[in-house]
Amino acid sequence: MIRIANGQGFWGDSLEAPVEQVRRGPIDYLTLDYLAEITMSILQKQRSRDPRAGYARDFVEMIARVLPDLKERGIRVIANAGGVNPAACRDAVLDAARRQDLEVKVATVSGDDIMGRLDDFLARGVELKNMETGEPLSAVRSQVESANVYFGAFPVAQALARGAEIVITGRVTDTGLALAPMIHEFGWQADDWDKLAAGTIAGHTVECGAQCTGGNSQVDWESIPDLADVGYPIIEAEPDGTFTITKHSGTGGRVDVATVKEQLLYEMGDPREYITPDCVADFTTIHMEQAGPDRVRFSKIRGRPATEFYKVSISYAAGFKAIGSLVYAWPDAYKKARAADRILRQRLERLGLYFDAIRTEFLGANACHGIAAAEPTPEIEPHLAEVVLRFGVRSENQAAVERFTREIAPLALNGPPVVSGLGLGRPRVEEIVAYWPALIPKREVNPEVSIWPSED
Amino acid sequence: MAKRRLIELAHARSGDKGDTSNIGLIARRPEDYPILVREVTAERVKQHFAGVCLGEVVRYEVLNLCALNFLLHQSLDGGGTLALKVDPQGKTYSTALLRMEIDV
Repeated sequence: MIRIANGQGFWGDSLEAPVEQVRRGPIDYLTLDYLAEITMSILQKQRSRDPRAGYARDFVEMIARVLPDLKERGIRVIANAGGVNPAACRDAVLDAARRQDLEVKVATVSGDDIMGRLDDFLARGVELKNMETGEPLSAVRSQVESANVYFGAFPVAQALARGAEIVITGRVTDTGLALAPMIHEFGWQADDWDKLAAGTIAGHTVECGAQCTGGNSQVDWESIPDLADVGYPIIEAEPDGTFTITKHSGTGGRVDVATVKEQLLYEMGDPREYITPDCVADFTTIHMEQAGPDRVRFSKIRGRPATEFYKVSISYAAGFKAIGSLVYAWPDAYKKARAADRILRQRLERLGLYFDAIRTEFLGANACHGIAAAEPTPEIEPHLAEVVLRFGVRSENQAAVERFTREIAPLALNGPPVVSGLGLGRPRVEEIVAYWPALIPKREVNPEVSIWPSED
Repeated sequence: MAKRRLIELAHARSGDKGDTSNIGLIARRPEDYPILVREVTAERVKQHFAGVCLGEVVRYEVLNLCALNFLLHQSLDGGGTLALKVDPQGKTYSTALLRMEIDV
């Protein structure tokens, strides 16, 4: 049995979680996910300004904190912290180790960055069509800011086989980070579809950190113990593909069938076809049972052969947006906020400003759910203590969006009474970086694994 | 037949893929799962999210988890960074669904 811990559900997650995973109990592997779909374009921009940037700096700081513990306990780390510059991330980690007089073997998995090859692909008829809309990439080619293939677990497993203690990857699937140690330790083969599916589902369960250990969990949420000290998830994986989800003893949170099921269904499409580079996992085959306090055991998982494609995550510049807000107070807060909305729209029209999208929401009334069943009843409506008017615009035309940002504040003095919330100042104009999912035949790209210090 | 709110019988979690929201709906007690299958149809969910979900609603049954998974296409104002919504990832759609009243 091996223990694979998740210490980071997304870039921006708890800085302490990975440290706690290392220090609060036994683990063999620590996995960390840093790359959201849009993160790559931010990192790409950082690298274009500084060739030594473009990776998750938080990761290096974290490693510097725990490296002595990792060495002492023999824990290996797998993280997609490399972003668009895994080599620079590796160098930073090696520097941090040197400063502590520690030696560490670091591998990188790269080759996922296909930004420089896009025109070649398009010229050869690899269209990189948008998976949702079917549009060919040529429609937004000039706006593309990053393009990365999602690799699976096998290149990471190869890095582990070559002795890496820390594996830094570019765009590798979240599930692949957790599956890789199982492939490496148990000798699973590329066509062990059931086992690969099991490891993939284990990875999916823990990939959002504490979201499977009681965080953001609905059933009896008030009784979930000590979320202040919530334990992050650990997979106890067996060579036969069965596994148990748990957390360190003494930590807060809860691992039960309810908390785990919620996470299983998170971001789910067709539950029979969870497609990764490694296999197609079938969530309808999962057998799950409570196997003691804070322990849920999985078995009987089935999988099918992987597809011939890798998914590609492409980001492109898609215009500008700005969102402003004003707070209206009792009485008739909702009515006043709606009146302000009408006035604002009239003023934008008088100014001759047109947008690709305008959206108004009323926070405190019905912004999140937005459905008829969530509207305040006529009895309640006039008595709402406050309602936030949240007004957003989107356009290719930056000047129009800039001009819009000057129209929020005046409403405080020249619109309906009584209003607050100007403390945040004028809305900020944001550049929109949008996401373009596509597929690419696997033969077009190859992962590259390298180790430092080199083996020979 | 009595009317019950779905939140009494089920819990849920929602997420996003682009402009599509997914809502996983899970029976609190296995014996209530057939009620969910009978009552919470794709058509009813489409109706419940009128004005929010502009595309098709697809339902998958996940019997082993006593769960249903719904895909609500075109329901996130373009999705991701394009959306001007306060909840561009539809994270709160889980409890929006749990507001539904069903016959038990």
